[in-house]
Amino acid sequence: MRALCWQGNNKVGVETVPDPKILNPRDAIIKITSTAICGSDLHLYAGMIPTVQKGDIIGHEFMGEVVELGSKVNNVKIGDRVVVPFSIACGSCFFCNRDLWSLCDNSNTNAWIAETAMGHTPSGIYGYAHALGGYAGGQAEYARVPFADTGLLKIPDGLTDEQVIFLTDIFPTGYMAAENCNIQPGDTVAIWGCGPIGQFAIRSAFMLGAERVIAIDRVPERLAMARAGGAETLNFDEVEVGEALKEMTGGRGPDSAMDAVGMEAHGKGFEGLYDKVMQTVKIQLDRANVLRQAIVAVRKGGTVSLPGDYIGLVDQVPMGAFMNKGLTMKTGQTHIHKYLRPLLDRVQKGDIDPTFIITHILPLEQAPHGYEIFQQKKDSCIKIVLKPGLVAA
Amino acid sequence: MEIKSSGTGSSSENFSDTERWGSLITGGALVLSGLSQRSLRGALMAIAGGTLAYHGVAGQKSLQDTVTAATGLDKPLRVEKTVTIQNKSAAELYQYWHNFENLPTFMKHLKSVTVMTSTNRSHWVANAPLGNSVEWDAEVVNDLENQLISWASLPGATVENSGFVRFQAAPPGRGTEVKVVLEYSVPGGGLTAAIASLFGENPEQQVGDDLRRFKMLMETGEIATTEGQSCGRRS
Repeated sequence: MRALCWQGNNKVGVETVPDPKILNPRDAIIKITSTAICGSDLHLYAGMIPTVQKGDIIGHEFMGEVVELGSKVNNVKIGDRVVVPFSIACGSCFFCNRDLWSLCDNSNTNAWIAETAMGHTPSGIYGYAHALGGYAGGQAEYARVPFADTGLLKIPDGLTDEQVIFLTDIFPTGYMAAENCNIQPGDTVAIWGCGPIGQFAIRSAFMLGAERVIAIDRVPERLAMARAGGAETLNFDEVEVGEALKEMTGGRGPDSAMDAVGMEAHGKGFEGLYDKVMQTVKIQLDRANVLRQAIVAVRKGGTVSLPGDYIGLVDQVPMGAFMNKGLTMKTGQTHIHKYLRPLLDRVQKGDIDPTFIITHILPLEQAPHGYEIFQQKKDSCIKIVLKPGLVAA
Repeated sequence: MEIKSSGTGSSSENFSDTERWGSLITGGALVLSGLSQRSLRGALMAIAGGTLAYHGVAGQKSLQDTVTAATGLDKPLRVEKTVTIQNKSAAELYQYWHNFENLPTFMKHLKSVTVMTSTNRSHWVANAPLGNSVEWDAEVVNDLENQLISWASLPGATVENSGFVRFQAAPPGRGTEVKVVLEYSVPGGGLTAAIASLFGENPEQQVGDDLRRFKMLMETGEIATTEGQSCGRRS
């Protein structure tokens, strides 16, 4: 089959590789019809993630048709159209039993690496670092899905791929990030980052009852898309974000603050330079200026929600502000399995049309071009869906 | 009050400490720190009532042994790892483990274990580099139904080893805690190389991974793997 492989820093290529096989009784093989590039794939692309290896098939937002089943998968049939949650979860451990699916105890085949770095391991993830299992990903014609009996959602007829593919990651991720904001009636939510997660978080915050959402970015088309979703916007190149937020909220500060940017934040001035240097020499893997701003900007007693990816240590976190303002922080990789059915319902009811986010649909063969324009925010790129079956125009 | 023996033999110390070793091994504590000056094999034998037999085998230290001990080459390698397994009782986990022939399913370095019927002995074969294997016989030292199994290699093993597995209910709703403690030593030293040939370069990680695979098998019915999956060019 054809599959997108990581070949080195800022280098990916579509290669011919062996077709995936059933390896365990609870596996399934999916023929992929649509597969998206995620912002977190850009961390891999840029070489920010340790333990990725040359030849790894990447991608974790994919859906398609069941073509082969292991002996113990009974919930889906050959030919069913399914979406696949990005995190791999067994469905029977302590964490899965408590709806904390991205913390599954049993899916990371290289748990010891994560345990060494973090004390305990999160779940395995498709097409990501070997520290998270090293599972072959879904930017390919076919993929193997472990624990398919818990990890596949059958899609009812009448919905297009584009309407449901984002259930694999970014819609639930934006939604959980909004839930983590602990939104109460009358609340204002500030969201740093108007990429795909931020966009879904804006719309989810309104679904969950937010009075106002203030979105922060500097890319004009992303700010425009945020406004189309009902948010007020701030361009961090034009205003001092902390002051602007204070003025817009009567001096109180937003009730909750979301960092939908994570470790590759673009800081300004000395602080931005400091982070960049520390990251380049691998003293810190993460640049945290958004997290710092969010902690300082949020109102006293407020909540910081952190969907953005962090993988290592961050420096200069204002713990004094965090402690003295009595803040709460909620974070984690998304527990996708928990949100699949409720958010599919919302799509079916018309609460949201997730296709708004798509700016590009490309053949799988053009994935390397897709990575380039997504990383460099060229061609107004916000979200790319790849189609293995599509022939280049 | 503990009574320290000042004699050359250590059997009286063994008897006076038996209760303490017993509570360490059957209790909830970190076992290895309690064993710092003592061999695991000795402690296991002591609580099983096999103290004299063990010291009969160990005998008097030779000059060579004394030199080895002084240079630290005979320092045994010890590993202690614990996992919690959901939705399985201590009895169910004990039953599976009690048939040693099941162990190679989740212990990656083991090729086979053959239980010699109607004895408490078994024959173990482990994978070594270059397609070689290492074999030894072991004996169950103590078998407390649904709680604890301990074993030790018999005289003549290239790598002397002993260990126990303990199954203990966690607080309500939290599953069963499974603790494995192992000790390896090589008569006459050379331990590092011998262990590395058996377990790779990081025995502690190996044991941790084995125990994790046991948990996967018990909780999910299979062992998560990526071996045999597709990938592109590695270089």
